[in-house]
Amino acid sequence: MTLEAAVFYAFAAAALGSALVVVGQRHPTYSAFALIVTLCSLSAVFGLLGSPFIAVLQVVVYAGAIMVLFLFVLMLLNVKREEPAAGGGWSLKAIAAGLGAVLAAQVGVVLVGAGRAAAPAGFHASTRQVARLLFSPAYLYVFEATSVLILAALVGAVALAKRES
Amino acid sequence: MTPVQQELLIAAVKVFVFFNVFLGLFSLMTYVERRLLAFMQFRLGPNRVGPFGILQPVADGIKLFFKEEVTPAGANKWVFVAAPALAIVTAFLAIAVVPYGGAVHLFGRDIPLQIADLDVGVLFIFAISSLSVYGIVMAGWAANNKYTLLGGLRSSAQMFSYELSLGMSWVGAIMLAGSFRISDIVVSQAGPFGLLHWNFLRQGLGFLVYLVAATAEVNRTPFDLPEAETELVAGFHTEYSSMRFALLQMAEYVNMMTVAAVGADLFFGGWLAPVPALQRVLGHDVGLLWFLLKMGAGLFFFIWLRGTLPRFRYDQLMHFGWKVLVPLATLNILATAAWVAFR
Repeated sequence: MTLEAAVFYAFAAAALGSALVVVGQRHPTYSAFALIVTLCSLSAVFGLLGSPFIAVLQVVVYAGAIMVLFLFVLMLLNVKREEPAAGGGWSLKAIAAGLGAVLAAQVGVVLVGAGRAAAPAGFHASTRQVARLLFSPAYLYVFEATSVLILAALVGAVALAKRES
Repeated sequence: MTPVQQELLIAAVKVFVFFNVFLGLFSLMTYVERRLLAFMQFRLGPNRVGPFGILQPVADGIKLFFKEEVTPAGANKWVFVAAPALAIVTAFLAIAVVPYGGAVHLFGRDIPLQIADLDVGVLFIFAISSLSVYGIVMAGWAANNKYTLLGGLRSSAQMFSYELSLGMSWVGAIMLAGSFRISDIVVSQAGPFGLLHWNFLRQGLGFLVYLVAATAEVNRTPFDLPEAETELVAGFHTEYSSMRFALLQMAEYVNMMTVAAVGADLFFGGWLAPVPALQRVLGHDVGLLWFLLKMGAGLFFFIWLRGTLPRFRYDQLMHFGWKVLVPLATLNILATAAWVAFR
């Protein structure tokens, strides 16, 4: 096993393990901590793929900014450990199991269909290349539209919070 | 040795050296800060241990080692222990991408005075500084104490607000250099007129925003609300004792040194001499000395601030961060973008 593969498997295992903790954990604050670990591990995988820019953005935006807000709210409300909800009925459980099976099947199809080929030679998603692609005619419209969408969501949130009762 | 092994060895030696240099600088800083503050306040400061009290950090270290380590009964044990570790790890991660000088010529090869010259160096520092808030937040939350929780909340709100202006203050310098690589930004400030080409003049507004946002980011006076001792009993580290307390302190000082080093690189020409003729003295490149001088000036500035200014009120802090600094930083970005586009 090469050094690169060893590092990849270590971070992949960390990402999967902490993602399981996010779902399985009953304490919301622990889930948030685990999600931070997941995002940082994913960032390391991006870095290994030869894309430092995406790797760093992953940490800046998700692990650094969004998760701080999550934690802030969790701490502000002082959320305690959640007790398992009572009952839930067999029909709900059946639906959940069915949806889970569909998801597992989808993951399986993707894994089987995915090529095992390495990244194309000379591939290096530098900042310059990502920027050129993002601001090329192919993506420029979508990119700008997304920013307007986010701004609209922000204004909407402020309007809702400020509404006099 | 194969070339790969050589590179790994060089990197390992560099990590070892930089880590220990920063540890040494940290203990020196605790002494220098206390002495300088004392002089500014017409006191003497610690002057009993060793000549001029220079061994005071050693005495402090020994004392902290032998203190009892207290974990509050209601604390969340794992997070309580993990928080100082996380704080120190993020603090030391950031120093890995800062260049401290040009290259030195050792054993027949040029070795850059920097651990990793990342393509996205500035962004990496930004990412690490956005992670560094977790150490403080976890410390405040895990102790299960209302003062620490308030300190943790304050610091997350404060660092989150000022991080934005911190990142935006760099954008002007990045645009002028056309690169995220810190060494490129330093080189872009070279010119025949020395210090007139540095970014603190070309990017005056950006530099001012950086100065304020960086002070807030490392929780120094007048932005030390997370640990306001008069109202929060030292905030997030109220419940910490012994070496865990020392680790939190260390993280704070290392962050301060990183901010000073980044400021020297991005706005004061890094290892460039103020007059190009002084770059080489007696045939040797003295870039490292210039860099250390600039970094030291930055650190002195932080201590000077602490001895001069009172603390902000919380609402003033938020108001200033969002309604003054962010618009100023945006203005700077727009002006620089126009200059870069139309020059």
